[in-house]
Amino acid sequence: MVTVRYMDKLIKFEFDVDGTDFTSAGQASVNVKKHLRQLGLSPEVIRRVSIAMYEGEINMVIHAKGGKAEVNVYEDRVEIILRDTGPGIKDINLAMQEGYSTATDNVRSLGFGAGMGLPNMKRYTDNMEIESVLGEGTTIKMTVNLN
Amino acid sequence: MKISDIKELLEAEVLCCEENIDCEACSACGSDMMSDVLAYVKDQAVLLTGLVNSQVIRTAQMMDMVCIVFVRSKMPTEEMIELSKNAGIVLMTTKKRMYEACGKLYKSGLVGNGEIHG
Repeated sequence: MVTVRYMDKLIKFEFDVDGTDFTSAGQASVNVKKHLRQLGLSPEVIRRVSIAMYEGEINMVIHAKGGKAEVNVYEDRVEIILRDTGPGIKDINLAMQEGYSTATDNVRSLGFGAGMGLPNMKRYTDNMEIESVLGEGTTIKMTVNLN
Repeated sequence: MKISDIKELLEAEVLCCEENIDCEACSACGSDMMSDVLAYVKDQAVLLTGLVNSQVIRTAQMMDMVCIVFVRSKMPTEEMIELSKNAGIVLMTTKKRMYEACGKLYKSGLVGNGEIHG
């Protein structure tokens, strides 16, 4: 993990999400949760950021063999940016529907792949933008407001 | 309901974080699908599950859950117990099946999350 301080933001965290090991998926989210607590953000904000990022991290491991996660804490919001170079999302509107999933039975047997990942990410954040190109990858930017 | 009451009702064995057994649990959720848990659970909840992998602990950690009960005598791995210790989450295992375990807790007053938050 890399932590950088900038003038225009309170703090920035960057993580490599390992896509080869499902067992370790979620470690970046656990780290972020710890750091946000140290920054003194409200428990509700921390929970929303952690859950959204955790779902994103799991998605990256399941669908894209990992990627990069960036969390920026500003005065008024927390921004989560997840970038992968996976297969991309064919139909974003369809993927946003609860219950729709392209995950394998193996992933379902691990407790995920119920088609709740992206809807949960949207549910817990104030804004979510998805950019995806088939064969190139997906970038998801989520924002949780502090007020 | 206290976690210690849940232990008694389910005749469960505590596997870690026994020091937190007097903590209060406000609601419960029974599921093997972690994304469902992430969608609907709030506030000091207990998770009952038959799923055994590290993501069960991480899910509970993300949701600020206080206790996980493994049903049907399922046992978490050492790695899961370590993760749980770090998060301060009480782990228990019970011989009871999911339906029976949920029923016993519900009948004793531990409601589902939907009944608190709609």
